[in-house]
Amino acid sequence: MQLLDVENLQTSYHSHGRILRAVDDVSFTVGKGETVGLVGESGCGKSTLGKTILRLVPSSAGQIRFSGADIAPLSGKALIPYRRRMQMIFQDPFGSLNPRQTVRTLLDTALKVHRLGDVTERTRRINETIDRVGLPRTALSRYPHEFSGGQRQRIGIARALILEPELIVCDEPVSALDVSIQAQILNLLVDLKRDLGLSYLFISHDMSVVRYFTDRVLVMYLGRIVESGSYETLWSNPRHPYTRALIDAVPSYDAQKKRTAVVLKGDLPSASQVPSGCRFRLRCRFAQERCSDEEPALRRMPSGQSVACHFA
Amino acid sequence: MTAPNSAMPPSTRTPGSILRSQGPLLDVRNLSVAFPGHLAVRDISFHIDHGETLALVGESGCGKSATSFALMRLLPRGTAVAGEVNFNGIDLFRTDARALRNIRGKRIGLILQEPMTSLNPVRTIGDQIAEGLVRHEKLTWTQARTRTAELLDLVRIPDAARRYDDYPHNMSGGMRQRVMIAMAVSCNPQLVIADEPTTALDVTLQSEVLELLDSLRRQLQMALLLITHDLGVVAQWADRVAVMYAGRIVEQAAAHDLFERPVHPYSQGLMRATLRLDDGTHYSNARLSEIPGSVASAAGEQGCAFAPRCSQATEACYHAPPALVPFRDRLVACRVAVEPSEEPFRAVVGR
Repeated sequence: MQLLDVENLQTSYHSHGRILRAVDDVSFTVGKGETVGLVGESGCGKSTLGKTILRLVPSSAGQIRFSGADIAPLSGKALIPYRRRMQMIFQDPFGSLNPRQTVRTLLDTALKVHRLGDVTERTRRINETIDRVGLPRTALSRYPHEFSGGQRQRIGIARALILEPELIVCDEPVSALDVSIQAQILNLLVDLKRDLGLSYLFISHDMSVVRYFTDRVLVMYLGRIVESGSYETLWSNPRHPYTRALIDAVPSYDAQKKRTAVVLKGDLPSASQVPSGCRFRLRCRFAQERCSDEEPALRRMPSGQSVACHFA
Repeated sequence: MTAPNSAMPPSTRTPGSILRSQGPLLDVRNLSVAFPGHLAVRDISFHIDHGETLALVGESGCGKSATSFALMRLLPRGTAVAGEVNFNGIDLFRTDARALRNIRGKRIGLILQEPMTSLNPVRTIGDQIAEGLVRHEKLTWTQARTRTAELLDLVRIPDAARRYDDYPHNMSGGMRQRVMIAMAVSCNPQLVIADEPTTALDVTLQSEVLELLDSLRRQLQMALLLITHDLGVVAQWADRVAVMYAGRIVEQAAAHDLFERPVHPYSQGLMRATLRLDDGTHYSNARLSEIPGSVASAAGEQGCAFAPRCSQATEACYHAPPALVPFRDRLVACRVAVEPSEEPFRAVVGR
């Protein structure tokens, strides 16, 4: 049994009388101890997918099975035990920490909400967690604004960890950080995963980070998964033109190999005006007539990955 | 504020510029910028030649944006600025406001990171571009409208003539950044300052926007001051690079030389910590190389600002900041900088 098993998940927003499918028929799994990357451009629905899984945003169809139980139809009190087991780390730790609470209060509140332990037990857990994320215990009596970006992200991680979750959805956790700090945070996340047996759903637009950090990758375009596979196959042999474009767009550090050709024309279309047939066809170099008539299904390739393209 | 030993005589500049008969387009000497209670830029000197791309690279708070705003004299009141900025024979710090207005937007264009907040939300993008043409090029509004359509076409906005009357909110992030570029190049400037021009954009748009900027640079023979934190962008688009840390330039070199063999421990650390798509490392087989600590440790440091985070720091490093001095093919501000071995530097992550 997978830790997380998402099937035909759909999330819709209503705007100006129109229905906008931010997540459209998405299926995937996250195994225990596995890190699954979710990549795509801004507006492709990757953050919405992460929030839907945590039930921060309601889904409109499909199943979210966590440890075998479908949590999609649950609400209110029935969800509380699952909320403890699934936590989230946000991109902007400044925007996601209450500026008027000390770090100790921030961490303690989470424990109190879930009625975990008495005062001694809570203090023990707070101390243990702050040690684990590499902050000094003196940090507990300070406020979020007194910390640098990297330290603040450590607080964000501590708050997710204190409930001892099994799955953490990381939404662009290092995008706002400087390079030197980014490496510190990624190393910390690797250590935590190894020590605590965590599973991550790692949302990012940064292909280099995803390539380093994840076991399996889902590539999302306009609400759908267009390619998925293990990190080895996906990076060495991307089959969907969109995956290839994302990889080619990353600047090379070889100053000799200058100026990659522009691989993708135009912007991501709005999710309220999804093109007919293949949703990528308007930006695809290889698009043919068939692509406008028929939406390609996500097919399993002999090489191991799944691709939604007629010509893969 | 001025340390005499870091003033650069022209003969010590990086090779290439010495042979030019013409002086540099922009010559910055001993620039310091102090916000109340915070010294953001400390005595930096650099130059930009006609038509070249110089990248100022560094992490947040290193003073790279303060430098660009200082050049345009756009810093808020109460900011103390010292030094000399010579643009094509004009001393930008001593010229009067009127003359400065004829330089800003006309001879120096500026592109900022967030096009949504730097464009006026209640005016059409066409009018915002045309305004500069009317002001600087003395065109009539009708002429400016025609010219604006050409500019929008130049920055590859499809259906340019019809986009004139669009408002910024009608456009996507990539399109808005193209409008900013059209505005910056509208009066054929000699220098464009681009402050994190693609940081807010998706990676797929990033290469497109930078490619556009670079082709315009060649087409219109402009020089480009590219301010970025992204080493990949620097490697691909810059001719020369100045690496900044805590308000100082710590290393300055041709882009190729810097990436092949970074000399300053900070430059080395940055490159080791940067993830690359093509280096084959995975969390299961290699740990990322960190630069320990944070830039906050530079505050109040009497000596080298990087010393508290540097594995090679010696006693002497804490006494006085090192001067930026010529070292082989580049300038380096580090006492212990020793050329590594003869083989090219490889940014392998720590095992």
